[in-house]
Amino acid sequence: MMDLRTFADVKAKLTNGSSLVDIVQVYLGKIQENQDLNAFLEVFETSALEQAKRIDQKRAEGKAGRLTGMVIGLKDNICFKDHKISASSKILEGFTSLYSATAVERLLAEDAIIIGRLNCDEFAMGSSNENSAFGPVKNPLNKDLVPGGSSGGSAAAVASGMCTAALGSDTGGSIRQPASFTGTFGSKPTYGRISRYGLIAYASSFDQIGPFTNSLEDNALLMEIMAGKDEMDSTSSSKPVDDYSSLVPVGKNTIAVIEDCLNHTGIAADVKAKMDETIEALKEAGHTIKMVRFPYLDYMVPAYYVLTTAEASSNLSRFDGVHFGHRSMEAQGVEQTYKKSRSEGFGPEVQRRIMAGTFVLSQGYYDAYYTKAQKVRAVLKNKTDEILKSADFILMPTTPSSAFAIGGVSDPIQMYLQDIFTVHANLTGNPAISLPIGKDKKGLPFGVQIMARNFEEKAMFNFSQSILELRANSIQPLSKNN
Amino acid sequence: MSEIRDTYEVVIGLEVHAQMLTKSKAYSNDKNEYGSVPNTNVSAVTLGHPGTLPVMNKKTIENAIKLGLALHCDIAENQYFARKNYFYPDLPKGYQITQDLTPICTGGYAIVKDENENEKKIGLTRIHMEEDAGKSIHDIDVKDTLVDLNRAGVPLLEIVTEPDFRSSTEAYNYLTEIRKLVRYLDICDGNMEEGSMRCDANVSVRKIGATEFGTKIEVKNMNSIRNVQRAIEFEITRQIEVLENGGELFMETRQYDALKNITIAMRSKEAANDYRYFPEPDLTPLKVTVNQIDAIKAEMPALPRDLFLRYTNEFKLSEYDAYNLTDNKSIALYYESILKRTKEYKLAANWMMGDIKSYLNSQGKEMEEFPISAEKIADLISIIQEGKISNTVASQKVFPEMLNAPEKSPLAIAESMNLIQDSNEDSILGFIAEVMKQHPEEVTRYKNGEKQLTGFLMGQLMKISKGKADPKSANQMLRNELEK
Repeated sequence: MMDLRTFADVKAKLTNGSSLVDIVQVYLGKIQENQDLNAFLEVFETSALEQAKRIDQKRAEGKAGRLTGMVIGLKDNICFKDHKISASSKILEGFTSLYSATAVERLLAEDAIIIGRLNCDEFAMGSSNENSAFGPVKNPLNKDLVPGGSSGGSAAAVASGMCTAALGSDTGGSIRQPASFTGTFGSKPTYGRISRYGLIAYASSFDQIGPFTNSLEDNALLMEIMAGKDEMDSTSSSKPVDDYSSLVPVGKNTIAVIEDCLNHTGIAADVKAKMDETIEALKEAGHTIKMVRFPYLDYMVPAYYVLTTAEASSNLSRFDGVHFGHRSMEAQGVEQTYKKSRSEGFGPEVQRRIMAGTFVLSQGYYDAYYTKAQKVRAVLKNKTDEILKSADFILMPTTPSSAFAIGGVSDPIQMYLQDIFTVHANLTGNPAISLPIGKDKKGLPFGVQIMARNFEEKAMFNFSQSILELRANSIQPLSKNN
Repeated sequence: MSEIRDTYEVVIGLEVHAQMLTKSKAYSNDKNEYGSVPNTNVSAVTLGHPGTLPVMNKKTIENAIKLGLALHCDIAENQYFARKNYFYPDLPKGYQITQDLTPICTGGYAIVKDENENEKKIGLTRIHMEEDAGKSIHDIDVKDTLVDLNRAGVPLLEIVTEPDFRSSTEAYNYLTEIRKLVRYLDICDGNMEEGSMRCDANVSVRKIGATEFGTKIEVKNMNSIRNVQRAIEFEITRQIEVLENGGELFMETRQYDALKNITIAMRSKEAANDYRYFPEPDLTPLKVTVNQIDAIKAEMPALPRDLFLRYTNEFKLSEYDAYNLTDNKSIALYYESILKRTKEYKLAANWMMGDIKSYLNSQGKEMEEFPISAEKIADLISIIQEGKISNTVASQKVFPEMLNAPEKSPLAIAESMNLIQDSNEDSILGFIAEVMKQHPEEVTRYKNGEKQLTGFLMGQLMKISKGKADPKSANQMLRNELEK
C-alpha cells in the first residue's frame, strides 16, 4: 500500500479517484501494522469513517474545506467532544470530554478527520514518553529507542505514516524534541497564538498546541488554521493571523547563533558538526551569522522546572476523585478520597512534580523559588528580545543528541536536561520549530531549531523553507526512508 | 459585669462577601441564578473539566468600581488575578480565582453612626473580586454530603474594613449602610438570609488604654445583620470572661449558633491552610482606564447619603424623614420622580411617609407594587397646593379613589366627586356675609376682643359652603371682614 506521508500525497490520491473513506482505510491499515509502537491509545475508527463519508458528500457538492483529506491524530491531552481523553493517566479513567478544543474545532471546520488519540507522557510531563500510564511509545526508526516526549505518540504516528499529521502540546519542548528524534517537523507557536481551550493544562503560562507533520507546508498550514483569537482563552492574542502556508522564499537574514549552546558540553559530536555545517551553508548562501553570548543556559532548566511544577501543582488539583475520573475504592471520607485517589491515579513523575510545585509555592519558600524563577524568566525574555532586535532568528540544535534508548536515562535530573535547548522558547514565549536536519553515525535523525520574534511565525516558516533548500543543495540531506 | 466590661475596649473588623447580581458567572457563561434546580447552571467550565479556562465577566469589574467609587476608594489601574489553592468538594478546580496582593479598590471609608448617633468614619482596607464556591449540603442525605455547583463561580465582592468598630452597634449600622449601598448600586440583593450577602466578624477586646490589639477571633455563619450584632455581643462577653478568669485567648475561627445565641470553636488558625497564592496564569492582567471609570461614574445613581444630605440641607426635611425616604432605593426613586413635577418637597415627603406608606404597610406591598404613578401623586400634590382641594379631602376622598382607578387624574376624580374647593372671592364673601348675618352676637363678641371666635365662625362658614370653600383664603377673608 502506498504511503500517505504528506497532505500532498493524500491530495494526489484523491485526485486519482480515491474517496476519503479509502484514505482513512489506508491509515487504519497503517495503525494496525504499527500497533507495537504503542502510539495510539484509542483509534476513533467509527467516528473517523463517519466523518470521511460526510466529507465525501461535501466534496461531491464542491463544498469541502481546506483540510479535506488531512487525517489527524490528537495527543491524549487535547479534547475532542464525546470522545475519551486521559492525558495518559489512570486518574482520568473513563472520562469523556463534553467539548472539543478550539484548535480541534478549527481543524474540523476545514474538514480534517480526527483518527484517534495518541499516547504521551502522563499530563505531558516527560521527555521520553516513558511516563505514560499505558506504557512507553517506541521510536518507529528503531524500536529500542524512545520517540522523545512528551508528545511521543504524536511524533511516532506521523513518522510512521499512521496519520497525515498529529497535534502535540509543547510546554518545554514536548513537540520539538520528539520531532527531532523522529525526523519530523514540529512547531510551537508564540504563546497566545493558538487557543489553549481544550488542552489539558500542565503549565498554563508555557503550554501551546502545535502540529507534527512530514512536510513544512503541512506544518505551516495547520498552524495557520489553528491560530487566532479565541474568546474562550483570554491569553489568546487578537493579532491577525498571516498566511503561513504560502512559504515565500526570504531574502538574506541575520541569524544569531548562541555560542553557549553550540559549545555546550552535553552536545553530541554529530549534532555539533551538523550545526557547523548548517552555519557555513547559511553564510555561503549570503545570510549573516552573528555569534552571541547567552550565559543563562544553566538557569533555564531550573527556572523552567520551578515555574512549571508550581503551575502544575495547582492545575492538577482538580483531579481529586470527587467530581470525575478515578476515585479510590478504599477511601473513607473526603480526605482519604483525595489522598488515595491521587496516590493511585497519578504516576511517579506527576507526583514528583506536584510535590515540587507545592513546595515552591508554600509559605517561606515562595520568594526563594517561585519569585526568583519569575525574575529569571523576565531576564531571559529581555535578553532574548535584545538578541532578536539585531537578528531575525536564533538558530540552535533542538536536542543535544539523537534519540536515546528506552530505559537509558533513569535519573530525573538527567532527563530534565534533555530540554536544555527547547525550554528557552517556552520561558520567553517565542515561536520555534524543529526541522529534520541530518542524521548521526547511527543513522538516527535529529533536528535544528529556529526561534523567531513573537508572532513572526510567517517569517519562521519562510526561513525554514530556505534552510530546507540549503539542506537539499549543500547540506547532507536526510533521506526519506531509512 | 457591666463595670468590668467598661474597662475593656472592643475592636472589630468586618469582612463582607456580596454576591453580584450579574446575569452570568464570574468566569463563564453559566447563569448566575439563585434557586435553580441543583447542578443545572454548570457547564464544563464551572465543573472545572480538564482543558477549560476562565473568561472574565467584565461586568464584575464594573460593579467593583461602582462600589469602590461609592466608598471613596482608590481604583487600581491594573487588575491582576491570583489562585487560592485548597481542596474542598464544592471547589471543583481545587483553587479559587481571587485577587490577592492587588485588590481592585483600596482605602476608602464608610460613614456610620455610633451608639450616640454621632457619625464616624470606618476605614476600608480593600475591596476585591473573587468567585464563590459551590454549596456542600450535609443535611439532606443521611449518609452523604451533597454538592450543588450552581453557586460555584458566582462573582463576589469581598469588602474588608480596618479594625475600626468599637461596638456591635457600629457594626450593625455599617452592615445596614453597605446593604443599602449595594442595593442602590444594583450590585447585590443584600439578602443575608439567602446568603447573597455574608459577613465574618473579627472580634477582639483589650483593656482601655492598651496599645496592642487583643487576640483576634473570627466569627462566621451569621445569616442576618441582627445576628452579626448578637454574635459580636456574645463574643465580647465571652472573651472578657475568659480574660477576667485568668484565661488566654487563641486565634481561632468560631461559628455562630443562632438558636442558642452562642459561638462555637471551628478550627484554630495555626492549623490553617497554606493557600499557596500565585498569579493566575489563565487570565491576562486587565487595564482599567480613567475613561472607563468616568463612564461608570456618570452612570451611577444618586447614593443614599447624598440624597440624605440634600433632603436635610436643601429641602429642610427632618433627619427622620430624610432617613426614611432614603433607606430604601425604590422609595427614594419614587420620591425623586414626584419632585420632577412639583417643588413641594415637604408636602411630597409627608405623602410618602403618610398615606402612601400606610397603604403599603396595610397591604404588605413593596414600593414597586404601588399602583399609582409618581406623576399622578405629583398632580395630587399640585391641586392641594393650588387650593383646589384640601389636604384632608385629598387624603380621605381623592387618594382612595386613585387607588381604585390609578389611570384617572386626581383633578378629574375631585371634579367628578364634586370636591373642588371654592376659592372664588365673591362666593366666599357671600358665605362670610351669611355667617355674620346668622351669628351677630359672636361677631360683636369678636370685635370686643374674643379673637378665638374665628374658629367657631370658620366652622360655620365651612358648613354653609358644604366644605368646599378654600379654608386658607376663607380664613384670611373672614378675619379681614371681622376687622372692618
